[in-house]
Amino acid sequence: MATVTQDQALFDYLLRLGDDALVLGQRQSEWTGACPTVEVDLSLANMALDLIGQATHFLDAAGNVEGQGRDGDRLAFHRDVLDYRNCLLVEQPNGDFARTMARQFLFSTWQKMLFDALTASKDELIAAVAAKAVKEVTYHQELAQEWVIRLGDGTDESHKRMQHGFDWLWRFVPELFEMDAVATAMAERGIGADVAAFRDAYDRAVRAVIEEATLTVPQDQRPILGGRRGHHGEHLGHLLATMQFLPRAYPDATW
Amino acid sequence: MSKDWPLWEVFVRSKGGLSHRHVGSVHAPDAEIALRHARDTYTRRMEGVSLWVVPSASIIASDPSDDGAMFEPAEDKIYRHPTFYNIPDDVKHI
Amino acid sequence: MYTTELQKSAAVASTEDADKLAAFEARVAADEFIEPKDWMPEAYRRTLVRQISQHAHSEIVGMLPEGNWITRAPSLRRKAILLAKVQDEAGHGLYLYSAAETLGTAREEMIEALHSGKAKYSTIFNYPTLTWADIGAIGWLVDGAAIMNQVPLQRTSYGPYARAMVRVCKEESFHQRQGYEIMMHLAAGTDAQKRMAQDALNRWWWPSLMMFGPPDENSPNTAQSMRWRIKRETNDELRQKFVDITVPQADAIGLTVPDPAVQWNEEKGGYDFGQVDWSEFYAVVKGEGPVAKERMAARRKAWEDGAWIREAADAYAAKQVEKRKAA
Repeated sequence: MATVTQDQALFDYLLRLGDDALVLGQRQSEWTGACPTVEVDLSLANMALDLIGQATHFLDAAGNVEGQGRDGDRLAFHRDVLDYRNCLLVEQPNGDFARTMARQFLFSTWQKMLFDALTASKDELIAAVAAKAVKEVTYHQELAQEWVIRLGDGTDESHKRMQHGFDWLWRFVPELFEMDAVATAMAERGIGADVAAFRDAYDRAVRAVIEEATLTVPQDQRPILGGRRGHHGEHLGHLLATMQFLPRAYPDATW
Repeated sequence: MSKDWPLWEVFVRSKGGLSHRHVGSVHAPDAEIALRHARDTYTRRMEGVSLWVVPSASIIASDPSDDGAMFEPAEDKIYRHPTFYNIPDDVKHI
Repeated sequence: MYTTELQKSAAVASTEDADKLAAFEARVAADEFIEPKDWMPEAYRRTLVRQISQHAHSEIVGMLPEGNWITRAPSLRRKAILLAKVQDEAGHGLYLYSAAETLGTAREEMIEALHSGKAKYSTIFNYPTLTWADIGAIGWLVDGAAIMNQVPLQRTSYGPYARAMVRVCKEESFHQRQGYEIMMHLAAGTDAQKRMAQDALNRWWWPSLMMFGPPDENSPNTAQSMRWRIKRETNDELRQKFVDITVPQADAIGLTVPDPAVQWNEEKGGYDFGQVDWSEFYAVVKGEGPVAKERMAARRKAWEDGAWIREAADAYAAKQVEKRKAA
C-alpha cells in the first residue's frame, strides 16, 4: 500500500469507521421486535440508532474526501463486499442474546478507546464526530458490560451461553488492533489512532469484566483477518443483499 | 407462564431547578438495569437530566377512602393563606 | 398507537354499592379523573384493562409489519426514521402496559392472554407489508387513523391512561408525516414507484377504515363506554372524519382512493363513501387475517426465547441481594 495517496488513505480510514458502525447498526436492528422484553427492544434500538448516525457522518465525510460525488447513501448501498472496510467482528450474525452482547461488549470497549483517542484527531470532522459518539459508545459499553455480567453470573444456562458467545467471537478480536499501512499512515499524520497502543488496556478491561462475570477468558486463537482489505466472511454478502435490495433493484429511483 | 421482571416506578427531572416527576414504569431485574430501561424508554427525546427509579412495591400510597380524614381538615385553615388578611391597599411590600 | 375496536359486554354488576356507583358516575360525568386507588365499578376496571391492554398489544404487534422493512430501508435517513418509529411503538406499548398495570393486572398476565389468543389487538397488523410503499401507507393511513382514535383518549376518564395517551400523541406526531412523505416521494417517482404507492393505498385503505370498529348500530357498548368517558366519539363519527381528511391528501399527491363511491356531499359537508366489507373485518378479528398466525408466532417466539435471559437476570439479582445480606 506504499503507493496509497494521502486522500486515498483518509478515504479508506473513514470507510472503516463508517462501515463498522453501519454493519453493526444493521445487525442490531435485526433484533427489533424479537427482544426478551419491550424494554430491551428500546435499548437495542437506541444503540442501532446511534450507530447508524455515526455511519452517516463518516460515510458522508468519506464521500467528500473522495470527491467523486458519492454521498453516504451511495457508499452504503452501492458498494459490494470487496469494497466494504468493516472489521469481521461486527458482521458476525447475532446468534443468541448472549453472543450479541459479547459482540457488543468486545466492540464497544474497543470503539470507546478508539473514539477517546480520535477526539484529538487533526481532522476536525473526525474529532467532532468522535467527541459526540464517544458518549453514545460509553453507554453501549456500559450496557453491554452489565448484560455480560448478568448472563455470565446468572443461571447455568446463561453462563454457558455467555461463555460460548465469547469463545465463538474471540478469533475476531485481534483484527481490531491491526496496524496496516492505512492505519499506520493515519496515525502518523495525527488523523487516526494508534490502536496497537491501547491493546494492553483493552485486554485488561475485557479480562476484568469476563472474570467478574465468572467466565473464563478464552484461549487465544489464530486471528482471522481481512475485513479492512475487503476480504470478509460469508455473512457480509447476505447482510448487504438485504440492506441494499431496494436501491439495487430500482437504480433510477430516489426515496 | 414465563415470568416478567419486577416493576419499577420512574421519575424524571426535566431540567435543573425542577422536581422529579412520575412518568410511568418499567420492568427490570435490578436497579442498574431499571435505570437503563428508564433512560431508554422515557428520555428518548431529551425529556430529562436526571432519573429516579423506585421499586413499585416500595411506594406507600394514601387510601382514597380516607380522603376525608387525610385532606379535608386542611380546608378550613384559611388563615394559612395570605389572602385571609386584609391590609390597606396603600401599604406596600407586604 | 392503535386502539382496538372490540367493546365487549360492560354491564355493571347490580350487587355493587349503589351510592358508590352513583358517586363514581357523577365524578366521571363531571369530567373528573379516576385514579388507580379510587373506587371503581368492576366492569369499568375490566373494560379498561381489556381496552388498554389491547391497545398495548397493538403497539407491540404493530412493530412487526414495519420491522419487516428496517433492514431493507432504502437510505440511511429512512432507516433511522423507521427504526426510531418502530422503537416509539415499543415505547408506546410500554407506557400502555404501565397504565394497565395500575389496575392490578400484571404485564405477564396480559402478555399471556395475547399469546394464548384470548386478548385481541388491532386487526390491521394481520396484513403483510409487501413493498416499501407499505411503510409509507402504514404511517400515513394506519397512524392517521390511530391518531384520530387516540386524540380524544387524552381526555379519557382514567388518569394513567389519559396521561399515557398524552405522551403517545405527542410522540406520534411525526409518524404520520414520515409516512406521507414516503408516499409523496414514491408518487412523484418512477413508474415502478408509483405502482408501488397506488398498490399500497389500494391494499391499506379498507383495513384502515376498519380500524374505527364496527358501525355504531353494531357496537352495543359504545354508549356505556361513552358515558364512562373511556371512549369519546363514536366509530362512525371518527371514520367519517378520517375519510374527509384523507381523500384530499391522496388527491394532493396524485393517488386514488380505491372506492368508486367516494364523492363529496355538499349537504352533509363530508364525503360519501362505500360500504366496508364487515365480513372480512369479523374474519380478521377472529384471527383469520392473512399473516395473523405469523404475527403471533413471532411474538411467542420472542417471549419464549427471552425466558432464559429474564431468568438469568433475576438469578443474578437474587445473588446480589444474598451477597449484600452476607456482607
